[in-house]
Amino acid sequence: MLLEVQDLVVHYKIKTGWVHATDGVSIQLDKGETLGLVGESACGKTTLAYGISQLLPSNAYIKGGRVIFDGKNLLKMTMKKDGRLKEYDNELNKIRWKEISMIFQGAMNALNPVQRVGDQIAEAILFHERVTKQQARQRAEQLYNLVGIPVDRIDHFPHEYSGGMKQRAMIAMALALNPKLVIADEPTTALDVITQNKILTKVRELQDRLEMAMIIITHDVSVVAKTAKRIAVMYAGQISETGTTREIFKETAHPYTSGLLGSFPSIKGKVRRLATIKGNPPSLVEPPTGCRFHPRCPYVQDICKTQNPPGLTMSPGHISFCHFAKDLQGKLSPEVFI
Amino acid sequence: MSAVVPTQPSVEPGFVMNVQNLVKHFELKAGFFALGAPPLTVKAVDGVSFKIHTGEIMGLVGESGCGKTTTGRLVTRLENPSSGRIDFLGVDIATLRGSDLVGFRKYMQMIFQDPYESLNPRFTVFRAVADPLNVLGIAETQEERLELVIKALEDAGLRPADELLGRFPHELSGGQRQRVAIARALVVSPRFIVADEPVSMLDVSIRAGVMNLMLELRQKYDIPFLFITHDIAVARYMSDTIGVMYLGRLAEMGPTEEVISRPAHPYTRALLAAVPVPDPEHEYSIVPITGELPSPVNIPKGCRFHTRCVYAKQVCREVEPAHVEVSPGHATLCHFAHDFYSVGSLIPPSPPKEWEG
Repeated sequence: MLLEVQDLVVHYKIKTGWVHATDGVSIQLDKGETLGLVGESACGKTTLAYGISQLLPSNAYIKGGRVIFDGKNLLKMTMKKDGRLKEYDNELNKIRWKEISMIFQGAMNALNPVQRVGDQIAEAILFHERVTKQQARQRAEQLYNLVGIPVDRIDHFPHEYSGGMKQRAMIAMALALNPKLVIADEPTTALDVITQNKILTKVRELQDRLEMAMIIITHDVSVVAKTAKRIAVMYAGQISETGTTREIFKETAHPYTSGLLGSFPSIKGKVRRLATIKGNPPSLVEPPTGCRFHPRCPYVQDICKTQNPPGLTMSPGHISFCHFAKDLQGKLSPEVFI
Repeated sequence: MSAVVPTQPSVEPGFVMNVQNLVKHFELKAGFFALGAPPLTVKAVDGVSFKIHTGEIMGLVGESGCGKTTTGRLVTRLENPSSGRIDFLGVDIATLRGSDLVGFRKYMQMIFQDPYESLNPRFTVFRAVADPLNVLGIAETQEERLELVIKALEDAGLRPADELLGRFPHELSGGQRQRVAIARALVVSPRFIVADEPVSMLDVSIRAGVMNLMLELRQKYDIPFLFITHDIAVARYMSDTIGVMYLGRLAEMGPTEEVISRPAHPYTRALLAAVPVPDPEHEYSIVPITGELPSPVNIPKGCRFHTRCVYAKQVCREVEPAHVEVSPGHATLCHFAHDFYSVGSLIPPSPPKEWEG
């Protein structure tokens, strides 16, 4: 087991109270495995990612749970008594980027605009490894070949790159130190399909070659269908269903998953009327009682309004947090959402 | 209002919008160091022609920078075209100016991508939706305005509408905001709507609802739409005909299912092969495209797609292809269109949309 997150609870303190961004989230990841973390905006998926890489902002309080990475308890290193993260920790700095790296959302803004792109990559290498500037530079050049950017662009500034090239430069930077885990937060959302396809194909190819584990965070179920072996679906700060990609798509056992999959148009197959989940994603300041999906669920029963559903195992590794998962599996249809 | 604007525009079935050879070139200002150098021109839209019938939705797809947004802004005359014709309800509006143009605004509305930016944060819902009525002088009394605003809000699926009238945009969810933007477009009873990426900022579960709403409005009022999107799956769901833009021109255009199932332009084929499919068992074919999108300042000679086309021959580098009609209404800009068309589908052809019977 490379990564194990157990019951992670992260709340943000805001003027009007607490935002329950993640409320008891558990995920596991083996070496070399790809997990797709799917959910709508504000479901807690980015908070979970930052909770793993220990990059939470200063108003985030960890209220419980553990993050075990490669046998090390990360929160033990970085958490202060009040639940916030230390801004600087020597132990963690050895792990961060070297062992866990990130591809951030919006590569357009994640690069330093006044530093040459190649220098930014070399800087990350120099910070973590005892190498000379020349060696770091050579490594950066190899990375450019790897991600498919012409090496003669290495001394250009970010504004001279196209969006796809910036995103690939970000990937090069994330791979610079052969990390064990890469967390990619919406890595292709802002890109056109052709560039997106190029990058997803590249990432997959590199991942196979370098045996990295990866967490792909996205709202786009077609992207995870293409890239991930396992999927965790998040809703309102909690995991609602988790299983292999095939199980999630073909043996769906949670009404939210069914609605989410049914609301996606496809270029393949018949055109069906898309499912619309009524209402809006709930406020995380006052999340609904019981099952958090109950106000929007077409299958809702009384028990859903009061009791938080336990994880029901549908088959080994396929877990649904729905009281009626066993009854509903196989009967779920996106059409009830219409 | 001037005489060119018919008070009762022609309503007989036919083309609501007939665009011929539309061109928009932006001159780049030469910098100090480039004094004396020839001025550079961005050829954003470089000869686009299409027709939209009553009640028809045309999807316009393409990569960013292909000119699809500029096309939308030209047909609504938010930009002045460099040349070309825009026949709207029987009148060429490409060269209208001043009050003549304002008269046409009543019949044409636009829905923008970002409802967080397209609504004034200081306007209540009522004021935002009633504003076009005031500007275009449509309703005379406050009662009339209120009635029209409530009807538009209800048509946009915002019920009960009177509870929302006093709210400000920050009190609404993203989906509600986009519905207010749709109500604002509907309030003047437009004959044509341009929607530029209207759902790409919305959350997944909300997005489908807004798309279904637009399909229902089309059904109810026969309003034709120009639906601009980068997402081909969304365009397929929404549109009856589809236009694929590449570097300022329509590379391919035709009935949606026909274009999706029998693409006759290599660019369309590449786009379709690259689209991720929400099915883990889908088998992807290789995406037949190379290189990066050229700059619209330096459009390649010959076929403008030849620099990225894996099938390019000598003729493609030299001769600009003309529109080839591979089947009725399905036209494409490729020397080898018939060959690609006869190779046939990448994806099995589909029966008509289910709920339309």
